[in-house]
Amino acid sequence: MMTLAFIVSFFCVSLAQVLAMVRLIKGPCVGDRILALDTMAVNAIALLILLGLAGGTQIYFEAALIFAMLGFVSTVAYARFVLRGDIIE
Amino acid sequence: MTMEIADIAIALALLSGAFFTLVGSIGLLKLDTPMKRVHAPTKAGTLGVGSFLLASMIDGFAYRGGSLHELLIMAFLFVTAPISANFISKVNMHRGDIDPTPPPPGERTWATFNTGPADKAGDGPM
Repeated sequence: MMTLAFIVSFFCVSLAQVLAMVRLIKGPCVGDRILALDTMAVNAIALLILLGLAGGTQIYFEAALIFAMLGFVSTVAYARFVLRGDIIE
Repeated sequence: MTMEIADIAIALALLSGAFFTLVGSIGLLKLDTPMKRVHAPTKAGTLGVGSFLLASMIDGFAYRGGSLHELLIMAFLFVTAPISANFISKVNMHRGDIDPTPPPPGERTWATFNTGPADKAGDGPM
């Protein structure tokens, strides 16, 4: 049962990552591309947590934490650069 | 017996997390205007990752003595998702990629368009 749940979860999150990547390539405007990158960072956190659960280790937890922080900071930096032409004024 | 209940709870949390994550990304790909696209991943996707973190917490309490530090990621994600959605919406509004936002009632305009002369691009102290 657990193996099946893990397989389904890995498949769904990987498919979600691919769909976000399609939007990143296609995305007609800049906001869509920033949003797709943000979604990909969130899905990467989900994949890391799944890896930690499936492997029974706590090693991936710190990586997921770093991904959460860097994903938010990069989204804000992209949006700010597009809005103001500068990140730190 | 306890282990079986924990396994069932972990499997349920994993499946709901997978469902919500997938729904968020399908919405990101399928919806038709940029402002609609902001909705799907920032809400459903965040909820999906929250479910995965819940599964990880149940696993920790059932098999490894328990720890609450998944709450760190959960709190951080739930606080920052609306902020990044707000920034992306501002990008959409200011770049004119969407239909013009209808003005609010009264004399004033929306706060994000209500910039002083020092904040206009090019004039500010960059």
